[in-house]
Amino acid sequence: MSILVNEQTRVIVQGLTGREGGFHAGQMIAYGTRVVAGVTPGKGGTLHNDVPVFNTVAEAARETHANAAAIFVPPPFAADAMLEAIDAGLPLVVCITEGVPTLDMVRVAAALRGSQTRLIGPNCPGIISPGKCKIGIMPGQIHREGHVGVVSRSGTLTYEAVGQLTHLGIGQSTCIGIGGDPIIGTSFLDAIRLFHDDPDTHAIIMIGEIGGNAEQQAAEFIRGHVRKPVVGFIAGQTAPPGRRMGHAGAIISGGTGTAKEKYEVMGAAGIHCVQSPADIGQTLAGVLGKSVAR
Amino acid sequence: MKIHEYQAKEILRRFGVPTPRGEMVTNAEEARKVAQKLGVPVVVVKAQIHAGGRGKGGGVKLARSADEAAQLASKILGMNLVTPQTGPGGRIVRRLLIEEGLDIKRELYLSILVDRAVEAPVVMASAAGGMEIEEVAKENPAAILRETIRPAVGLQPYVARKLAFGLGLSAEQAQAAVPFLQSLHRAFVETDASLAEINPLVVTGDGRLIALDAKMNFDDNALYRHKDLMELRDLDEEDPLEVEASNYKLNYIKLDGTVGCMVNGAGLAMATMDIIKLAGGAPANFLDVGGGASADQVKNAFKILTSDKEVRSVFINIFGGILRCDVLATGVVAAARELQLKLPVIVRMEGTNVEQGRQILRDSGLNFTIGENMKDGAEKAVRLARGAR
Repeated sequence: MSILVNEQTRVIVQGLTGREGGFHAGQMIAYGTRVVAGVTPGKGGTLHNDVPVFNTVAEAARETHANAAAIFVPPPFAADAMLEAIDAGLPLVVCITEGVPTLDMVRVAAALRGSQTRLIGPNCPGIISPGKCKIGIMPGQIHREGHVGVVSRSGTLTYEAVGQLTHLGIGQSTCIGIGGDPIIGTSFLDAIRLFHDDPDTHAIIMIGEIGGNAEQQAAEFIRGHVRKPVVGFIAGQTAPPGRRMGHAGAIISGGTGTAKEKYEVMGAAGIHCVQSPADIGQTLAGVLGKSVAR
Repeated sequence: MKIHEYQAKEILRRFGVPTPRGEMVTNAEEARKVAQKLGVPVVVVKAQIHAGGRGKGGGVKLARSADEAAQLASKILGMNLVTPQTGPGGRIVRRLLIEEGLDIKRELYLSILVDRAVEAPVVMASAAGGMEIEEVAKENPAAILRETIRPAVGLQPYVARKLAFGLGLSAEQAQAAVPFLQSLHRAFVETDASLAEINPLVVTGDGRLIALDAKMNFDDNALYRHKDLMELRDLDEEDPLEVEASNYKLNYIKLDGTVGCMVNGAGLAMATMDIIKLAGGAPANFLDVGGGASADQVKNAFKILTSDKEVRSVFINIFGGILRCDVLATGVVAAARELQLKLPVIVRMEGTNVEQGRQILRDSGLNFTIGENMKDGAEKAVRLARGAR
């Protein structure tokens, strides 16, 4: 099993006819994802690489019975695309776009409350259930089917952790990049809850970074509820305060959101904290009690 | 993006927030003229740098005549102003704000910022004007009043009244607080600000509310729709290397170590800094070349890293996903050759076509060291940084 996406997931790609959307839709299809429609206003009725294109998300969802959307539209139009997918009632929306204005996300967050939609991102690599479905830009071939859930605010650092696991022969149930922005759809807490409830996820890796307190909130939940082993890493132990480290949300402000404070709360919650990003896979292997054979 | 106080006040005035009268000047003569024009017994001479705590560092002075304003201006202009927020290096003062002095009865704190926990802007207010809000939050968090502003509702008059009465203002002042706060909120939303801080907000002897100081930061992601704000950027306030890197659209932050880093992705870039530290070294920078890491970007990144004279070795850490390692290696070789790179370069690549990538590096005849994994690469980079030159 897995969470959120599997063989039954039917995906609409918003921005299919664009450069990014077209390329990554192709990669998703090659991985086995069922991409059933594209949406580009004004290009409805055409085919793009054999995928039917619609003018609106609502129409695409109605015609193709899609249950997820992947958004690859440029930042000025991303909030509109998210709102359209929420309005269409899609249960899962994954927004890859980096650079969405924060106040646009305030509106999107308001629209999400009380809606039927779970949003992942923006500014994220997406979500993959290895061997079943990939919605996003992560390299599919580094993953392997298995029982470790991975949740992370980062892209390439997630690939790094996944690569370490796969090297050690440890597969993943689902890997979610929740995104590096200050306001995002799915939080660590949301993802950890889902992994907690998934019988096929046996252990969890949580990769956080400086800024905000989403890791602490998840840690509090883990302390009270989660009996599956959790391995945690926080990027930015050496980051200077007050500077935005690439991700819009990665900033230590007013002395809060430091790696140290996150590690303290995570450690107190019984999470196996890893200081070096090179040790994430090994630590999980140790926790699972697997013999580490390369 | 940060701007100066005088620029923030110009924006706030445009939206109807009351501020003291004043003008920005760049020399003593202008300071004298503005002071004369203001025609008040006391003017304030305020250094304009992108850091707070200016008063403590001697960057804010009162003048009782136009001559004195000119004298103070010539003293402050050009000085290296060190405040708790500038760090020990300080900042050179190049601009001053000359403002009318006010009869101040009370000093309050007021700000609007996006609170990521509630996913909306919040107004924060406290009666401890002039104090840093982080200090108040630490010492007496109950003294901070907070109101969340939902986008569908906006900032309604009752919110302003609630805050005003909470701060102990009179009924008349609470009435004045309504347009004040609504104007501030409008300025915040319409400029895509990430912070609008009035510290202090003052109540004058005759009962008016005035923004005595003002600080505005803007959401970099929204600048594309605010061309006018982009022009307010002051490159003198930024590290020259960071300015150059931003011209190449590279995400670069200068640090004070000796191991230059070039990484794709912000999270991995931070983690790379961390692992360099764990290996006993110190990162010279944060640098995210982006998910794609094209040959051009690699070259630009090399240029930036080698302009930092502290850099003793360069650690390239790339997780090639969609980006193939052979393509990356070709770019690295071409850039190193073109720039005649002398520094030791440690390359750690992982992902698609990694073996071909490594072969391209070995065959290049250039001085590349291969990191077998992230840890090995970091350790080699730290070792070479110690031994090189």
